[in-house]
Amino acid sequence: MKCQRCQREATYHITELTGSEPVELHLCPQHAQEYLNPASSAAVGPATMATALAQHMAQQMGLGQAAQELEQLDQQTCPVCGITFHEFRSRGRLGCPHDYIAFEKQLDPLILNIHGEGTHVGKVPKRSARGSERRIQLIRLRREMTEAVAEEDYERASRLRDEIRRIEESEV
Amino acid sequence: MELDDLTRRRGEWLRGSGPESDIVISSRIRLARNLADYPFITKATDQDRSRIEKILREAVMGIDQPDRLMYLDVERLPTLDRQFLVERHLISREHAESHGARAVAIDVDETYSIMINEEDHLRIQVMHSGLDLQSTWDQINRIDDIIEQRVTYAFHPRLGYLTACPTNVGTGIRVSVMLHLPGLVLARQIEKVFRSLQKISLAVRGLYGEGSQAMGDFYQISNQVTLGRSEQDIIKQVGDIVPVIINYERQAREFLVRESHENLHDRVSRAYGILRTAQTISSEETMSLLSSVRMGVNLGLIEDLEIPTVNELFIQTQPAHLQKITGTELDSADRNIERARFLRQHLSKQSSKGNNN
Repeated sequence: MKCQRCQREATYHITELTGSEPVELHLCPQHAQEYLNPASSAAVGPATMATALAQHMAQQMGLGQAAQELEQLDQQTCPVCGITFHEFRSRGRLGCPHDYIAFEKQLDPLILNIHGEGTHVGKVPKRSARGSERRIQLIRLRREMTEAVAEEDYERASRLRDEIRRIEESEV
Repeated sequence: MELDDLTRRRGEWLRGSGPESDIVISSRIRLARNLADYPFITKATDQDRSRIEKILREAVMGIDQPDRLMYLDVERLPTLDRQFLVERHLISREHAESHGARAVAIDVDETYSIMINEEDHLRIQVMHSGLDLQSTWDQINRIDDIIEQRVTYAFHPRLGYLTACPTNVGTGIRVSVMLHLPGLVLARQIEKVFRSLQKISLAVRGLYGEGSQAMGDFYQISNQVTLGRSEQDIIKQVGDIVPVIINYERQAREFLVRESHENLHDRVSRAYGILRTAQTISSEETMSLLSSVRMGVNLGLIEDLEIPTVNELFIQTQPAHLQKITGTELDSADRNIERARFLRQHLSKQSSKGNNN
């Protein structure tokens, strides 16, 4: 299939859903880059998660990442909730607070792209951030406990349950 | 208090009072928050969702006296009731249409509504009539503090409040103002305004937020960036631009009055005429005509009608409201007849009041 803007082969197939009807675009790498990164745009970032992700992909491609490398990046998993980066990319939503750390390398440029900034300025909860960190581990522990029960490894399940209780109660 | 009680009340933001309320309908601030120890909604199991709902229900009940707060299990609500809440801007369309354990807490004055298990575990929203961002912030900040005393939010020292979608990370705040801009639409200046707003990373949306059309010439202006700026900065950015747009709208209206007074008066009068006499009318047409009438009232071209009444009609003629007010379920054709009857009834009351002067 030919690129809609030139005679080269179209390797990018983009469906735009921002208007009243879906628009299908078929572009070569160069025109895809131009489309996804309009140099004239003075706005800080893309309006939607989908556009941000598309731009991110284009940038990765632009950096000459081989298809294999990209597949590896896509298979990256969060140890706490189990979501893969690929799953995040297709839904535009993350699986748990720890994903921001597990996928840091991929997410930080994405976040910079969206907000133009990378560091939070503003309200902070009265409880320390460390309290938050400790409790995020509960997500993983609960998930492991469910798995242990499913595998009928009740000893492991009960050890996990005790650890969970310990953390839950220490927060009061 | 029950959901049905809302049909007899006028929501806070419909009061039609508040600063600049000829053009500014309402000010709204929303905060997105998540618990630290549960997955975000996409990865949450049914059991997780139940637990999250239970934990947050307890935390949220602490905000107000029990008789001032209504807590609704959205999963169990009939479709009509959910639609009713969407029309009233108390829950999002997503919240009404999704599945799984989820709820909403609303106060009797409809100044705040707190969604549980929407895109994030917690979506707190406060709405005030007119341009009133600072006091809207004060109220939502207090609510956030009260809830935070009882739970641990997911928070990262560098990235701020952690949200399911990276577009909300950091402050998790969406500050928006809803404006009525029929002058700019008629004078064909509205696109220019959008483009200049986009350049300073402000988003423009229709009456019901993300993905909605601009019905009735209502537009919501809101921030897009949530990270790297403080809440006060974002509020200031949105708050500073509103007077500029109000000015454009006033200028557009003055221009129309000056340059085509008869046409404008005719347009407004015909709109008023149709609304008062039609026998069947769709909600799209109603929105469009009410918008002209609202501008007519603002410009003094219609003298026997008040803004709060017009504001109310926008809401009461919507599909679910109409059915709940009349107490019957109606299909589209019957609704159009009922809507026309409702309008005739409410608008004739007004003009007979006027004629008694």
